[in-house]
Amino acid sequence: MIELINIKKSFDDDSALAVSNVSLNVKKGEFLGLIGESGSGKTTTLKMINRLEEPSSGEIRVKGENVLDRNPEELRRNIGYVFQGIGLFPHYTVLENVSAVPELLRWEKQRINKRCEETLRMVGLPIKSYGSRYPSQLSGGQQQRVGVARALAAEPEVILMDEPFGALDPITRAELQEEVKRIHQQLDLTIIMVTHDMTEALLMADRIAVMKGGEILQIGTPTELLNHPDHDYVRKIVEMPKKRADRLEELMRLP
Amino acid sequence: MNENLREQLLLLPDYFQGHLILTLIALSLGIVISIPLGIWAAQSVTVKRPLLALVSIIQTFPSVAILALVVAMLGGQIGTIPAVIALVLYSMLPIVRNTVTGLETIPSEVADAAKGIGMSPNQILVKVRLPLALPIIIAGIRTATVWTVGLATLSTLVGATSFGNYIFTGLQIRNLVAVTVGSLAAAIMAVILDSLIAGVQWLAENRNQHSATKRYKQVKVVVATAFLIGIVFSTYSLLPDSKADFVVGGKGFTEQHIIAGLLKAELERSGFEVDQRLGLGSEVVYSATANETVDVYLEYTGTVWANRMNKSQNPGREAVMRGVIDHVENRDGMVSVGTLGFQNLYALAMRKDRAEELGVDTIEDIIPVARNLIAAGDLEFFGRPEWLALREVYDIDFAQKLTFDPALMYNAVNDRQVDLIAAYTSDGRVAAYDLKILDDPRGAFLPYDGFLIASSSAAQNNTFMEVLQSLVNKISDEEIREANKLVDVDGGSISDAVQYLQGVIE
Repeated sequence: MIELINIKKSFDDDSALAVSNVSLNVKKGEFLGLIGESGSGKTTTLKMINRLEEPSSGEIRVKGENVLDRNPEELRRNIGYVFQGIGLFPHYTVLENVSAVPELLRWEKQRINKRCEETLRMVGLPIKSYGSRYPSQLSGGQQQRVGVARALAAEPEVILMDEPFGALDPITRAELQEEVKRIHQQLDLTIIMVTHDMTEALLMADRIAVMKGGEILQIGTPTELLNHPDHDYVRKIVEMPKKRADRLEELMRLP
Repeated sequence: MNENLREQLLLLPDYFQGHLILTLIALSLGIVISIPLGIWAAQSVTVKRPLLALVSIIQTFPSVAILALVVAMLGGQIGTIPAVIALVLYSMLPIVRNTVTGLETIPSEVADAAKGIGMSPNQILVKVRLPLALPIIIAGIRTATVWTVGLATLSTLVGATSFGNYIFTGLQIRNLVAVTVGSLAAAIMAVILDSLIAGVQWLAENRNQHSATKRYKQVKVVVATAFLIGIVFSTYSLLPDSKADFVVGGKGFTEQHIIAGLLKAELERSGFEVDQRLGLGSEVVYSATANETVDVYLEYTGTVWANRMNKSQNPGREAVMRGVIDHVENRDGMVSVGTLGFQNLYALAMRKDRAEELGVDTIEDIIPVARNLIAAGDLEFFGRPEWLALREVYDIDFAQKLTFDPALMYNAVNDRQVDLIAAYTSDGRVAAYDLKILDDPRGAFLPYDGFLIASSSAAQNNTFMEVLQSLVNKISDEEIREANKLVDVDGGSISDAVQYLQGVIE
């Protein structure tokens, strides 16, 4: 579904490579976690998929088509995107925010309304009570639910998520993680999610790519990474969730 | 009610209408021009820097200079058009700057999201950046509004009616009631327009949260109604009104107001509709008559000789007169109707007792003592050709040369703070303070014979010319001085002085 072949990226003002030699293959319906610390190149890699950034060399294919051959705006309208800072339009109501992409695609009014109702119901915000509210009247968790609904609205097959839960409190975050996971399965979406939280990646993703210094160190299923880390850095970042899980298990066994 | 105040308030509807129309037209054009410029600048740094620099530089130009330049660029046209152009230029800085700032301060995550969901740059601008920048842009419009209302008072100088008519006339004829009424009226208009636009700003800021509240709806109704009234009123005012037959022009000082009043009264007696454009700059009124915006006004031979013909020698009163008439008629295509009979020239004047003390009768007599004397002139005298000629012809200079506002200058010589002043021969205060005017045997001072200039089109009307010719050589130096004194010293109105002169003529 999404192929990255030998992607390199350097920014004009910096000769060092932000991304060097990244190759990836994400199958239809797969949920890929892209994990690394800040500066590892994970967000840049994500942004190149819908041409918010352009690779310096290499090729990116979405559904078999080179993204550079496509009109960037049309490409973006067909790929859902959930933003790090939520990025809702403050002067639009919830309904207007969610219908933004279908409007850009010039869907018919009726179809837009029906679809917005569907997606808002999917993220737990009934259109009747929330549709005409403005983002500033919602909690952080509700705002990001709208962000997810907006990404889903135009029925994309691919969704990109850039640290979507970073700004949320732990309980809200856990709820939303589960809902996104459920929606992923329900709609058979292909999702790439950037995160720096290994636990989040382990719990949500089918496969995880660990990035450091612009390169992918290891790609594998959560089980593979936990049991066979083939790199010191990978071992280090899976250690923490493992230790926590062990400790929690111990606590639960106590009488 | 005070008679003076009542007279001023009668003028209010006309001046109010003129001022409001100027302000509304200038602001509308300013908005229509500045917002697109601001949008353009916000897209590109290469446009932004020079554009912001340009509008800032325009702002630093003295406003009177901008008005004069605009009039010159329009080939001497006066009235609403040059005034509006100058006001538009002045309104641009706050609107352009706030548009740029407003567009640039959109939260980056919102701009990124707009791009990320697939909006084109134009869609981002129209759907996201402009709506979010709106409150800041409106704040810029508010600033421009207050500036424009204030600056519109200067439009009087180029012949557009505004509250400035109160202020400039009031300053010239020392009528503080008029100055106060004009300033207050302008201030009140500024406050009302500012509050209205503040209302729009509030609506724009609160359209998300409070658009359903009762208060929001009330504000909306008030603001919409006010704008509707403004638009209807402006449209109504712009309908051409009954066109006056002739326009009488005038410069900014008392004598000019009196003669303009006399011309209007005499023309109206012959059944003409007459408009006045008073308080115009010297250059402005000359060009305006040449291009027939003004039909008649009082000019002085020396002014044309020195300022328009750039001559400094004084070949004598008759020769100057002939040269000036030739210039006015053959070069600039106007018609010289004839002299009124008085001069308004610079002359050295002193207290009679001081002159006796020093044994002085003519300017030649002060040559030996000049080094010990303190002289005073108006704000421009010591920079004018008259002073250069005086210094050269008589080879004199003074111990001190002070500059004063004319009113203070006469007080200073009367109180013996200065020994002599450069007075105007027709000034009523020469008579009031009983000053001695020193003779000028060597002819250093240019002659300033007052004469009427008519536009070529108006001069074709025989009745019009007959009315003007009936005034030729009817007013002596003493009589114009008395008329000026009635206003400047005795506190009478312009119409009092006009009535006095009408008596003199018959």
